[in-house]
Amino acid sequence: METFADALRNALHLVVTLDPGVREYAGRSLLIASAATVVASVLGIPVGVLIAEHRFRGRRAVVVILNTLLGIPTVVVGLVVYSFLSRSGPLGGSGLLFTVPGIVVGEVLLILPIVTAFTLSAVARTDRDVRKTTLALGASGHQALWTVAVESRFGVLAAVIAAYGRVVSEVGVAMIVGGNADHFTRTMTTAIVVNVDMGRTALALALGMVLLAVSLSINVVFQLLQGETEE
Amino acid sequence: MPRWVGVVLCALAALAVSRDSSGATEQILVLATTTSTENSGLLAEIHPDFERRFGIRVKVVAKGTGASLQLARDGNADVVLVHAPEEEERFVEEGYGVMRRAVMHNDFVIIGPEEDGAGVGSAKTPGEAFARIARAGHVFVSRGDGSGTHLKEQELWRRSGAALERREVTTIVKGGEKTFESVRPTGDWYFEIGQGMGKAITAATERRGCTLADRGTYYALALARPPRTDLTILYEGDERLRNPYSVIAVNPRGQPHVNFEGARKYIEWITSPEAQRMIGEYRVGGKLLFHPGAMPAGSE
Repeated sequence: METFADALRNALHLVVTLDPGVREYAGRSLLIASAATVVASVLGIPVGVLIAEHRFRGRRAVVVILNTLLGIPTVVVGLVVYSFLSRSGPLGGSGLLFTVPGIVVGEVLLILPIVTAFTLSAVARTDRDVRKTTLALGASGHQALWTVAVESRFGVLAAVIAAYGRVVSEVGVAMIVGGNADHFTRTMTTAIVVNVDMGRTALALALGMVLLAVSLSINVVFQLLQGETEE
Repeated sequence: MPRWVGVVLCALAALAVSRDSSGATEQILVLATTTSTENSGLLAEIHPDFERRFGIRVKVVAKGTGASLQLARDGNADVVLVHAPEEEERFVEEGYGVMRRAVMHNDFVIIGPEEDGAGVGSAKTPGEAFARIARAGHVFVSRGDGSGTHLKEQELWRRSGAALERREVTTIVKGGEKTFESVRPTGDWYFEIGQGMGKAITAATERRGCTLADRGTYYALALARPPRTDLTILYEGDERLRNPYSVIAVNPRGQPHVNFEGARKYIEWITSPEAQRMIGEYRVGGKLLFHPGAMPAGSE
């Protein structure tokens, strides 16, 4: 049988030669992660800022719920979204089950709490006087909120990156909602699962390497961005 | 209205459009099937011919027979390719499936480590082979996933006379409650993994255990280069180990959204002489994986 060294060598070959299979699954994973992160950021960042900047009844309950949802198992999100998108479920008419947009919906729900909660804490950590000062300088309410968001941009960026990483690396939602259909909804992580099942360790390892490379490059970019303005 | 609401709506609209455009330019047929047909590589080999002829792309969701039929009952598949005759008959009787046709067959084999610690190889029937595994307390890996292979395995445990644990599984389907009995032998040597055929074989390989496998998936792993398993066939050839595959269209009555036209074309295609010839020519390591076995239309 294939030794670990063989598998590793074959995996490297697949990565270096940009094997079409590796490229396809990696491309799909990155597309899903990008789409889900954009939607979740657009929804979650403003909500996070609003919760951080306003005092209202039930605010603490909202924060507790958000923090609880941070650690929600991906298979639970997958199962819930599957039940809704199934033809026998309430949103069955959408026809989104076993499609890439269907996976994106699930991933958005998975990372929305991450983006919102991390934004919330980043904004809360920013100087509380920023908003007051901006208002005193004659800014409108919306402009003041915007300034607060800009001031806490590194925390918010960290939230976005954490969310992206969560989508790229998770397997529960992609498997259950996507169905792992080859050439349609098979992603890097679900391809790893099916290739390990079939004993094709090399391809699985190659995909694992791409996954690691993606996380590494995201974090390098983040570090560079942070370094630039801290000087 | 805050500006971001507009952005969200645009993003959702873009998502919807991208979905619509992919649906408009190409027709998609959702095939729910067993892991064995996909894991053996057969479908990837023959589907390009169907896609070329009809311009319909086949989306394969490989889940095991029980789960595939449930997907179809829920309206999430257009056509099924499965291997559990009794389950298939019930599916058709319940009104969920139409146009059931035989496609091909292979057989189940009992595989395990070459040294055959339980003496499976000298058994006279598959039931006796299982009885020997139970008596020896030999490691056995079960699919445990309600698949066609798992159902066949349970049938063999019932025949073996080994001590069994019975479990009632109640599910609610549209017609009301249905209760199925599932059995497993008692003993700490029996592992239910709840996963596909490929995984069961690799798990049995790692644990040095026996398992019931369909010959196609076993060959796909054992004859691959390099081989993915070193387990050998310990018992084979009994009539009770025959494994027939059928194709069934999901009844559009009650599920008006299903691609019934595509399913009809698929069934006609896979039972046609051309597709049957491709099934008969598909080999791994020089071995035939599936015997074509479609009957002419209307003869069943």
